[in-house]
Amino acid sequence: MDTLINNLDLFVTGFKNTGILFVVSAVFALILGTIVAAMRVSPVPAMRAAGTLYVNTVRNTPLTLILAFFALGYPRLGLPEINFMVAAIIGLSLYTATYVAETIRSGINTVPVGQAEAARAIGLPFGKTLSLIIMPQAFRSVVPPLFSVLIALLKNTTVAAGFSVAEAGAIRANLSERGEPQMVGLLWVALIFIVLVLGVLSTLQRYLEKKWRVAR
Amino acid sequence: MSSVLFDVPGPKARTRNVYLSIITAIVVVGIIAFILYRFAQTGQFTAEKWQIFRFPLVQQTIVTSIGATLGAFGTAAVGSLVVGVILAFGRLADRRWISVPCYWFTELFRAVPLLILMMIIYYGLPSLGVEGITPFTAVVVGLVLYNGSVLAEVFRAGIESLPRGQREAGLAVGMTKAQVQVSILLPQAVRAMMPVIIAQLVVILKDTALGFIVTYNEILFQATYFGSQVQYGSPVVPALMVAGVIYVGLCLILAGVAKWLERRLNRSTRVAKAKTALARVDLAEP
Repeated sequence: MDTLINNLDLFVTGFKNTGILFVVSAVFALILGTIVAAMRVSPVPAMRAAGTLYVNTVRNTPLTLILAFFALGYPRLGLPEINFMVAAIIGLSLYTATYVAETIRSGINTVPVGQAEAARAIGLPFGKTLSLIIMPQAFRSVVPPLFSVLIALLKNTTVAAGFSVAEAGAIRANLSERGEPQMVGLLWVALIFIVLVLGVLSTLQRYLEKKWRVAR
Repeated sequence: MSSVLFDVPGPKARTRNVYLSIITAIVVVGIIAFILYRFAQTGQFTAEKWQIFRFPLVQQTIVTSIGATLGAFGTAAVGSLVVGVILAFGRLADRRWISVPCYWFTELFRAVPLLILMMIIYYGLPSLGVEGITPFTAVVVGLVLYNGSVLAEVFRAGIESLPRGQREAGLAVGMTKAQVQVSILLPQAVRAMMPVIIAQLVVILKDTALGFIVTYNEILFQATYFGSQVQYGSPVVPALMVAGVIYVGLCLILAGVAKWLERRLNRSTRVAKAKTALARVDLAEP
């Protein structure tokens, strides 16, 4: 307990940055993921190919490598400078978006065929079929897997600690500089993550799952 | 391709799709070209930045580091599968003093970030007087604890998705509960859940890259080390490109093996497809 209270500043800044990384990356990943999922089921072959290429490449690359590229490689390309936080957000969003896309695509497959057929029968074009009929139902049916993706994103934010972002994963290094016991600090970090995942996100998932259940 | 989501394109739609295809192609090629242009502009393709990879010693080190990655992956994969099966049986046990601890074990280890788990093992345990923790043990034990818990859930969902008659028939012919689990339910569950299991193996392979942060000598660690060699012009970008190609290659090979295996297994299965298909969607854990 002493380790937590004496170094509360470290823990607060650490988890504040984790929170920022998580929320901002989650928003971007959801938007980008939905677009990519739509591209992958669209009638335009080139869009399908582009979506597949993006998903297959990024999903098969470790997140650590992607973050390493944005933190270490990007500054050497002579492009506008970004700080490590922004670099981590870009990396996490690009990586998580592929998982979001795959989840939503599997959700599209769970929507009964009759829904899309009915939409086509009354003359809706692809864009409207997807955005008005299919997506709202697909989103509801993928709430649980989408939340596992978001939980994974929350846990993945710790990888950014390896690339100079002062978030929860970096608390250990700062504690050891102050000469505090590392094990106690790490166990506190683990405990806070358990509370965030099991207490907050899982509860939210159950609530949304119940609220948005599709009657079939 | 015909899809339920859109009508078979007529002449007008076909022309429009061609235009959209061209626009998409231009955008994609534009993005790739811009990246390559930036690379070329900042001299990432110059011979100077790549010459470090021509030394036999460097090539040998890269091969060794691939071996290190695969070693950690292989050990962790086998360990996770074993731990996963044990935990799944534990959770399905009739006795509460077995199933409740197994439940909490899987829940807790799935909630802690893998990197924090590795740090606890690598930096935390030695401070408590545990000796002989190498980066390799930290990476493998961390991967086994996390992925074992995830796979336990996968196996459990697989077993529960099987028709009840399977278990009842097994018990009816006089098998013990343990025999039914091992020789009737588990083989079918593994078959039904093959895609998820393989996806999880790919995750293990990718997560070995976290070893970079706990100083395990794997591909990414070597790549950043080569990238920091100032006398060769700090070839960070070339080194990361090499690492990226290796990782994507390894993952694609693994995915290819998985596809082949799945096709072989699917030749003669009659598992409850609709039910497991839904269960599968739930379980992917990046």
